[in-house]
Amino acid sequence: MLIFIMRRAATMVLTMIVVSLLLFLALEINKDAVAIKVLGPYSTDEQRAIWLENNGYNDPLPVRYGRWLGNFVVGDFGESTRFKTEVSEILWPRLANTGILAAATFAVVIPLSLLLGVLAGMREGSRLDRSISVASIVTTSIPEFASAPLLAAIFVFYLGWLPGTSGMSDGFSVVQLILPVMVLVLYDFGYVARMTRASMADVMTTDYIRTAILKGLPYRTVITRHALRNALIAPFTVIMLQVNWLLSGVIVVEYFFAYKGFGALLLEASLNNDIYMIEACAMVAVFVAVATQTLADIGYTYLNPRIRFS
Amino acid sequence: MSEQAAGSVQPRRSAIGRIFRGISALRESPVGMVGAAIVVFWVLVALSASFLLQLGLIFPPNATLAPLMGPGSEYIVSAGRNVMNMPVEQVCSPITSGTDAGNFDCGTFWLGTDHIGRDILSRIIFGSQTVLTYAPLATLCAYAVGIPMGLAAGYKRGWVDDVLSFWANVILSFPVLVLYILIISLVGSSEINILIAIVFASSPGIMRIVRGLTLDLRNREYVFAAETRGEPTLRVLFVEILPNARGPLIVDSMLRLGYVIITIGVLGFLGLGLPPPDPDWGGMINETRQLMMTFPHMAVFPCIAISSLVLGFNLLADGLREVSLKD
Repeated sequence: MLIFIMRRAATMVLTMIVVSLLLFLALEINKDAVAIKVLGPYSTDEQRAIWLENNGYNDPLPVRYGRWLGNFVVGDFGESTRFKTEVSEILWPRLANTGILAAATFAVVIPLSLLLGVLAGMREGSRLDRSISVASIVTTSIPEFASAPLLAAIFVFYLGWLPGTSGMSDGFSVVQLILPVMVLVLYDFGYVARMTRASMADVMTTDYIRTAILKGLPYRTVITRHALRNALIAPFTVIMLQVNWLLSGVIVVEYFFAYKGFGALLLEASLNNDIYMIEACAMVAVFVAVATQTLADIGYTYLNPRIRFS
Repeated sequence: MSEQAAGSVQPRRSAIGRIFRGISALRESPVGMVGAAIVVFWVLVALSASFLLQLGLIFPPNATLAPLMGPGSEYIVSAGRNVMNMPVEQVCSPITSGTDAGNFDCGTFWLGTDHIGRDILSRIIFGSQTVLTYAPLATLCAYAVGIPMGLAAGYKRGWVDDVLSFWANVILSFPVLVLYILIISLVGSSEINILIAIVFASSPGIMRIVRGLTLDLRNREYVFAAETRGEPTLRVLFVEILPNARGPLIVDSMLRLGYVIITIGVLGFLGLGLPPPDPDWGGMINETRQLMMTFPHMAVFPCIAISSLVLGFNLLADGLREVSLKD
């Protein structure tokens, strides 16, 4: 088990290094382009040359990459050209905002999709199973950028129940969080529900469930004691991997509802050529995604007794 | 000559015969039939767009007519004005009775118009051409790249597999949209760049699936037989292994088409999509979302259009999977 964890952690570090190298090469291999992005298109050649010299851009590429990576590891991301301040000052509060959004989404998605998935998988092929399956296909077919305007049209325009933007300009407001969370939940729950259903349906056909039913245990006990514990291992991984999808979803949702989060920041940075902000956002996004994947792998292995005890 | 003798033992159905058999098998899945119907509907819409325009049933998609019109409103023009650079008397029919008598009726905006006066129905219809051209094209290109990678990784194993699998891991560890935003902000948004970005981001996923299937199929007897006959590796890969992996790949391609449609849409929505003015559903939502609170119809109809098309492909994939499991 320990060796497995070490190996997964090593893979994670290696992945992050390759990602950082790709990112560095893509964005910084042309140092003149970097100077133009940082100093603006109207800077003179002389200014750019001085800036490049002062910031060590005339060193060989491997040296530059090493220093860049070193700064990254200690959390020094450079200065944002758009906000005229340290990237980290902007990035961490924005990331915290997105964390709130993600936590609220998961708080709804996990119970909802597990419940629906278990109900559907308990009796495969029943009417309830079919309707839950079709409903989850329908909701996962509506991309966030379509469900956001649709839900806004219903709840803001026609019903007038909710605010249409979530800028949180007058302090934090739960009401403004409802629509963004609703959009994310709508897109994300279907997949987890379907995976839970498949896992539950698999478990229900196993011999030990048949034995439990045949020896006369109440159906409720069969489900809660025997089926659930084994059926919920696979959805655990799926839920962890949803983080990767959620990071895409928050970009759309934060952009649409003007929520001051990390996804909107990444988009804004790339539209404004804010090079150090792009690098920091991308690295943080990939780190979160890779870290959850690694945790999902380790957790899955730990939860599965067949692997744990072998 | 030798191809026939070596490749097939049993008589094969023609390509058309096999496709027909596949379609008739789909009849067993109501969900799949609904999906197929939605997809066929949009394909027909895309194909008939120019025809409908010539018949004068819809307005030109990029013509600015009357801004901010609600769904179902009539396009009424007073005498002496021009419509699409033509005198109104020549192109529209005069109204003889009612409050608008003396003016000209130039048609109906069934779904209303957008903020600069373009007919939304017409833009949705022409937008289906855009999306049904680029999405299948991008998906095909992604398969053209991903399939050889997967075959090589699964068949050769060893370092080829290690390198390709690690590459796939790296690409797939990016949150999808972050990857697209990075690529597009680096290379700029144009038709070809979006195509390249989609191929770059989705071929590793295809590679993984093909690799898994190849790992399974390479131990089959017919593959050993082909190897013993001394067939070249490429022939073993593309004639013996690939055709037998087609079932899961067809299901995957339908799902992937849905994702690519979403991708093209979301790039348009974020302002990184196909360049204007030609209609693109995601771009239509983006252009009109600021007016959401006063004119929701402008964004709602493109939303319904794109969701229904994605739903069609997802239901089709579900139906195909169901049918293929029955066999």
